[in-house]
Amino acid sequence: MILIGELSLWVALLMATWSALVSFAGGSLRRGDLVVSGERASYAAFAFVAFASLGLWTALLRSDFSLSYVAQYTSSNLPTVYKFSAFWGGQSGSMLFWCLILSMFGAIVVFNNRDRYRSLMPWVTGTMATTLVFFLVTTAVASNPFERLPFPPPDGRGLNPQLQNPAMAIHPPNLYLGYVATTVPFAFAIGALITRRLDAEWLGAVRRWALVSWFFLTIGITLGMWWAYVELGWGGVWAWDPVENASLLPWLTGTAFLHSIMIQEKRGMLRKWNVTLVVATFLLSLLGTFITRSGVIQSVHSFARSGVGNWFLIALVTALLVSAYLVATRLKDLETPAQLESMLSREAAFLYNNLVLVGIAFSVLWGTLFPILSEWLQGEKITVGAPFFNTVNIPLALLLLLLTGIGPLIAWRRASPRNLQRQFTAPLFGAVAVGSVLVVAGMRDVYALVCYTIGGFVVTTIAQEFIKGIGARRVIHGESLPVAAVRLVARNRRRYGGYIVHFGVVVMFAALAGAAFKKDYDVRLRTGETFTARDPWGAEWEFTSQGVSFYEALNRRVVAVALRPVRNGEVMPVILSERRQHMDALRRPTFEPSTEVGLLETSRQDVYVVFAGATTVAGSDDPIAEIKLTFNPLMVWVWWGGIIMAIGGLIVMWPQAERARREGGYAAEMEPQAVGAGA
Amino acid sequence: MTPKMKFLLGGAMVLGSAGWLMASSLKSTATYYLTPGELHAKVIDDASFHETGVKVGAHVVPGTIKRAESGREVDFMVTDGTREMRVVYRGLIPDTFSDSAEVVVEGRLNREGVFEATTLLAKCGSRFESAPPGAQHPASVPKGYPSGSPAPATSAPTT
Repeated sequence: MILIGELSLWVALLMATWSALVSFAGGSLRRGDLVVSGERASYAAFAFVAFASLGLWTALLRSDFSLSYVAQYTSSNLPTVYKFSAFWGGQSGSMLFWCLILSMFGAIVVFNNRDRYRSLMPWVTGTMATTLVFFLVTTAVASNPFERLPFPPPDGRGLNPQLQNPAMAIHPPNLYLGYVATTVPFAFAIGALITRRLDAEWLGAVRRWALVSWFFLTIGITLGMWWAYVELGWGGVWAWDPVENASLLPWLTGTAFLHSIMIQEKRGMLRKWNVTLVVATFLLSLLGTFITRSGVIQSVHSFARSGVGNWFLIALVTALLVSAYLVATRLKDLETPAQLESMLSREAAFLYNNLVLVGIAFSVLWGTLFPILSEWLQGEKITVGAPFFNTVNIPLALLLLLLTGIGPLIAWRRASPRNLQRQFTAPLFGAVAVGSVLVVAGMRDVYALVCYTIGGFVVTTIAQEFIKGIGARRVIHGESLPVAAVRLVARNRRRYGGYIVHFGVVVMFAALAGAAFKKDYDVRLRTGETFTARDPWGAEWEFTSQGVSFYEALNRRVVAVALRPVRNGEVMPVILSERRQHMDALRRPTFEPSTEVGLLETSRQDVYVVFAGATTVAGSDDPIAEIKLTFNPLMVWVWWGGIIMAIGGLIVMWPQAERARREGGYAAEMEPQAVGAGA
Repeated sequence: MTPKMKFLLGGAMVLGSAGWLMASSLKSTATYYLTPGELHAKVIDDASFHETGVKVGAHVVPGTIKRAESGREVDFMVTDGTREMRVVYRGLIPDTFSDSAEVVVEGRLNREGVFEATTLLAKCGSRFESAPPGAQHPASVPKGYPSGSPAPATSAPTT
């Protein structure tokens, strides 16, 4: 199976190369037979990459330690699910996984568009295949998962305990799916540029793929935050680490594209901008991988430095040069006749949304690359920390949140004063209500107040849109309330799914703003001692230590501390935090000791307990537990925000039957008042 | 003024203020990222560097880690292959910190030559991507130096 796997990898490379060559040849010579051959080769490439992946999976599940990769990332006592997920746990496996997704997406694109976009498709297939060739070569030459060991060890090294977490089993595939999906819009953009068919046609083909990418990146980023929160023990979700930033960058430009695409669809504007965003999103996902793999920037998350980084740099520069050349030679074709008609229009709101999103992306990129840039320019490495990112991005993010509320309220082209008055009254009232309640309740943190006030504005906006839409359906179609609500969303998925995403964004912002009220304590407790603290909501908590215990589990030795919390006199579930020493099958310690965070999650806040260690005192056999205890307000809503955003995204991209689309689909999204205002 | 001009003006204001925020916060949060050798050269050059917060990237010298039982204090040596430096860190020790770790410590070098760290970030190749079994950890490779650039610790201070 291993041999078949390795051979399949090389055959896949052959197929992908063929697919790239004949597709480009078929496109430029307009030879249908070559185009068809290229498309068939891309199916074959997928099949062979799948064979190769099966080979690696078989070796992992059978614990075949003759493969260096299997010996490095698994051990015979590792739970099966982590043997399976070890496929993307290390560098060479994740490269193969990337190839698997890319070839699969390539095959899906070819299949879906077999009767459509005939003039674009050869270039799309060719570009996808070229990207696949790059990844396959890098995998086979620089980072081959099928590399063998001369003397197979009796057992493997096992998986890093911090990666033995359900979120970490599914976080990387989500990010990879998101990163790889950016290749499809990029391929269509290249196709559209080469053939000079730069109207809205290619956008129709890529909108769903841009959404797929956005959807998986959203899930991947949220899971990454969750993993960092429960595993890394510092009590936060986002440290502005280069690798975290790398996943955020394509998400930002991808989000910008999903908004600006609507302007081109409706008004034909922004052609250059949209092509640029698509190319930038793809380049940023390559850059993210480059940062992760090359070690050029210090990050806690980096993979070991390896030659793979250089390959990505080459790919990045090549893709940049090719797209820059294509855009530069086609500037005339990218001209648009339509103009912005008024600042008080949805176009303007969307343009500002794009500006802010790209501004955030730029500042994050700048801060992330700053050590490299300063070394080039001044010869000294200078880094910027979380304060830089927060000072710049919190104001920009709040502006973005405000635009989230304004955008849906304004009419296209030109808003009339009547439109503004009708649409803005309730949301402004909502904002003022939320803001004043919080001030009266004693909130004084400026950023948090602004965030919740704007959040109130946006939520009222969304509620108003739903109430209007449901009301209209009940009057026109005579439907009951639940039926009208479901059909409203089902028949206008892009619009109302989008509102649900916006709602998720508000929930996440509100939760993140809760960090302003975080409280933490260093605590030392003997068995039976109690620590008393007041949480940010004003409730009184007592934490009583139930003592430190020592025991052995399946693959680890554990020291644990248990705290019994009492909140305002009410007993809450016991919080347990552990320090674990993992062991291999021969009971030898593997890896450094790791910490298992103790967590009590409630809707108001998390109580987050990190057991640092146990100090023994001379003359006593009762050790003192050293604990760091944190109140993290609203934390659980960060995860809910991510979930709501993902659900909204799913609604937007869910395929809609042809009939339903005609009846109440996108064409019906032009609100009556918008048409009226434009006339 | 056309709407496009108005939009561009507004955009310039948004980007301008973002740029201003970037520039001003860059000044206040930018930190030198050095190796122990570079830091040593810097303090010899300019004694005020003892008071300046810096980040130092280096490898832990195996066998030098002394952890306090409380799990909240650790004393260890780091090296960039040319110069060793003693580090004392108070705070929660990250799980990734180990003998073979690459660390980034933030803090200041006191006048006794001990680096007082306020943050400790550790990453180890063997955590996420292990070295091939049997291979030595490249502890002798100075971190943060492309192979072409001169290693500063070998060049004598100019003053």
